Amino acid sequence: MGKHYIPNSAHKGEMLEEIGFSSTEELFSDVPRGVLKEFSLPEGKSEYEVFLEMNRILEKNRTVLEMPSFLGAGTYFHYIPAHVKYLIERSEFLTAYTPYQPEISQGMLQALFEYQSLIGELVGLEVVNASMYDWGSALGEAARMAARFTKKSRFIVPKALSPEKRMTLETYVEGAGIEIEYIPWDEKGQVDIEKLKESVEGAAGVYVEVPNFFGLIEEQVRAIGEIAHDAKALFIVGADPTSLGILEAPGNYGADIAIGEAAFFGNPMNFGGPRAGFFAVRNDKKLIRQMPGRIIGMTKDKEGRRAFVMALQTREQHIRRAKATSNICSNEALVAVAAAIHLATLGPKGLKKLGEVILKNTAYFKKRMGDVGKMPFDGINFKDVPVGFEIPYDVIHERLLERGIHGGYYLGKHFPELGESALFAVTETTRKEWVDGLVSALGEIINEAEL
Amino acid sequence: MEMYRQAKWDEPLIFELSKPGRIGYTMPEPIEDVEVRIPEGLVRKELNLPELSEPEVVRHYTHLSEMNYGVDSGIYPLGSCTMKYNPKINEEIAGHPKVAFIHPYQDERTVQGALQIMWELEQWLKEITGMDRFTLQPAAGANGEFTGVMIIRAYHMDRGDTKRTEILVPDSAHGTNPASAAMAGFKVVEIPSNEQGMVDLDALESALSERTAGLMLTNPNTLGIFEEDILRIAEMVHEAGGLLYYDGANLNGILGRVRPGDMGFDIVHLNLHKTFSTPHGGGGPGSGPVGVKDFLKEYLPVPVVEFDGERYYLNYDLPKSIGKVKEFYGNFSVMVRALVYLKIMGREGLKEAGEIAVLNANYLTQKLKGTRGYGLPHKELRKHEVVFSAEPMKKETGVSALDVAKRLLDHGLHAPTIYFPLIVHEALMIEPTESATKEELDYYVSVLKKISEEAYTEPEKVKGAPYNTAVKRVDDVLATKRPIITWRMYRELREKGEVDF
Repeated sequence: MGKHYIPNSAHKGEMLEEIGFSSTEELFSDVPRGVLKEFSLPEGKSEYEVFLEMNRILEKNRTVLEMPSFLGAGTYFHYIPAHVKYLIERSEFLTAYTPYQPEISQGMLQALFEYQSLIGELVGLEVVNASMYDWGSALGEAARMAARFTKKSRFIVPKALSPEKRMTLETYVEGAGIEIEYIPWDEKGQVDIEKLKESVEGAAGVYVEVPNFFGLIEEQVRAIGEIAHDAKALFIVGADPTSLGILEAPGNYGADIAIGEAAFFGNPMNFGGPRAGFFAVRNDKKLIRQMPGRIIGMTKDKEGRRAFVMALQTREQHIRRAKATSNICSNEALVAVAAAIHLATLGPKGLKKLGEVILKNTAYFKKRMGDVGKMPFDGINFKDVPVGFEIPYDVIHERLLERGIHGGYYLGKHFPELGESALFAVTETTRKEWVDGLVSALGEIINEAEL
Repeated sequence: MEMYRQAKWDEPLIFELSKPGRIGYTMPEPIEDVEVRIPEGLVRKELNLPELSEPEVVRHYTHLSEMNYGVDSGIYPLGSCTMKYNPKINEEIAGHPKVAFIHPYQDERTVQGALQIMWELEQWLKEITGMDRFTLQPAAGANGEFTGVMIIRAYHMDRGDTKRTEILVPDSAHGTNPASAAMAGFKVVEIPSNEQGMVDLDALESALSERTAGLMLTNPNTLGIFEEDILRIAEMVHEAGGLLYYDGANLNGILGRVRPGDMGFDIVHLNLHKTFSTPHGGGGPGSGPVGVKDFLKEYLPVPVVEFDGERYYLNYDLPKSIGKVKEFYGNFSVMVRALVYLKIMGREGLKEAGEIAVLNANYLTQKLKGTRGYGLPHKELRKHEVVFSAEPMKKETGVSALDVAKRLLDHGLHAPTIYFPLIVHEALMIEPTESATKEELDYYVSVLKKISEEAYTEPEKVKGAPYNTAVKRVDDVLATKRPIITWRMYRELREKGEVDF
């Protein structure tokens, strides 16, 4: 029953007596009798028994190490160098709270400052916060911030948006009365520029993703930024940070705010969480004042030595309460530090190589998949590739799973106009034999179906 | 009295350690060297990341970790944060490849273990809180609060009760309560506390109206005091047509004994990273599950986890759902840790944890009470935490709560939460948790007494603290007056000669 975590269990009587209480019940004498209750819960177990039990439960999972998987759609299998995990499991990082006392928390503060700095370099913007919950909630916060900043209440996003992000965004903006407008994709699967021009008037912000949900690199991203700025809307770019070794920094093509998923670095998939949204803005005092989340700043101690501390806190809930820029308190600090360690490990050459390998692997995948499926859009894909089939995708999925392969993410549910298609994803972890195995399995499955 | 020494490295920024040409990782080669042309204008031109080898990266972050204080370093009695010991077995299981290497969109048949963990965790949380259904999606307490107030909003809207635009929040509440309510579009109405440190019933009565959507309450509250009138409060809020929301930040104070559901609460959020021993990671990840009574379950975020007796599955079919407050299903690996803890503790263990947490807080209260300079406003009997006031000390010596906090650091003791709750001046909010030993509590009290002596004899010494930490007192005013947020900003300012550190 876990008494080994509770040292003073052994001294109850003695401690009660010392402070003049006769029983533990007296400690709860202020609780109305009617609500005291014996709980109906299992008895505690030894650590060993729980270890066995959890292992037994977990055995029921099949990991991507046990079956080639082509799932992506916003979560990807990247390999994390082993040292990252060992470093973030250092007790001093792992078991610390938010660094309210900077003098004994310089390690975490500097690590977070470095995270902000690394993200700043990636996205080409000067001001970065210490993390949001994930990319989706960062998008929600960006929409709210754009509305506060411009005092307008319409926010434009591409229709080609992950259902996770779309649903999170919609919940985040509801209370602020922000209306979300979805811009359709054109024949290339990218933001329809003409439609954007028609809708942009009066918008608080225009959001675009590079690459987009279909894995396509948005070729007109600069033009989209100009359209947003001409309409006095903020230009918000969502970027997959693993692409930023080969793709231009959003700050260099006009982004006022850049967001994305930091957990693509340094963190395993973990069934979708924890993750960490990065959030960066231009070095503009008015923008900074509207930023959500904790921000770590460099300063000095009273002897003039460099030191780090939580800065610009008057934006935050513990000071501003109902008028805060966001309600966020706990963020995803350790996830962010893991990302930073991974990024620092990759360095400029590693990040560039990572981007190139993913780009080339995706190209190889597309080349091979052309034999068995149809790709609805012509463009350059990074990681995700939509593939359409003549037969229902659930049949394909089932047959692939029988062969020990996990196929892609079914698109028909949220994007019925794409028919029986699925989003397949490739990263630097994808092996040639996985792709070749998938293509030959799909060939067999399609042949079987035609018979 | 023993003194503490924290590691003091002159650790440069990782950018300053960079040596061109070094690499920290060898990437696998591409499957095939296909030539792909990136559109003109989107090709990356410049990338200023540091270049280091793996051992240098490891040493850098090891040095940084040595300049950080965690629960494993010593007592961490940060009020309302419940910094209890984080069992290592939690980490062991959460780091399992069967946790790490699963994708959230995998076929349900291939993630039955993960779904079972979520479902089992929900069953525990339901019984612990007296709620009927939970979502595990919120990433942290505030994300859970937002979920809860959005559910309140959806409930009233659904009933066509569109005039309920106000959320009531006591003046002792966490800042996240009003902030979350405001995010959901509510007007926030503050309810004053009475002399006992509890909700003032007359003030509540006059604030309640047909505009009241709900009341957000922390019980035990942020003073560590149990709201004795809770049943009456619940009655009043419900009679006015509002819902009662439980902020679970302080659940440790009644853990295993009292359930929010039995006190009349309709919605509850929990903090797995507080009450259920998952590590806080220097600010996150947390996990903030939200539980509701039956009549609110159709408003929960999607998906919820179901079990049909044979298989576990994700249910998206909640037509009245508020949608999603976060991507996917929440911070899964945090849930794994919490379930491991719950299984080890069991019914008796949880009750014991709550009981000792309360014993420790009251022990410290009684031992420190009466020490010169520290007032103890409000009633004496506390639950898991206590709030002293350094106001007398401040008035008599000039030594503030902040100074006391800094001087504690010199003794290897983490400071309490300070200047919160706002209704206590010069607040020192102490929550020892059940993990503290009697010796640690005695030592904490003796250091606070010693600081009191110092304040009245050599106040400058306390005001100059800390002395034994990695850096001396940090200038946080400068950090806000002239923000340096990234290496980019720093480099620019240094080139202009505007910084010398």
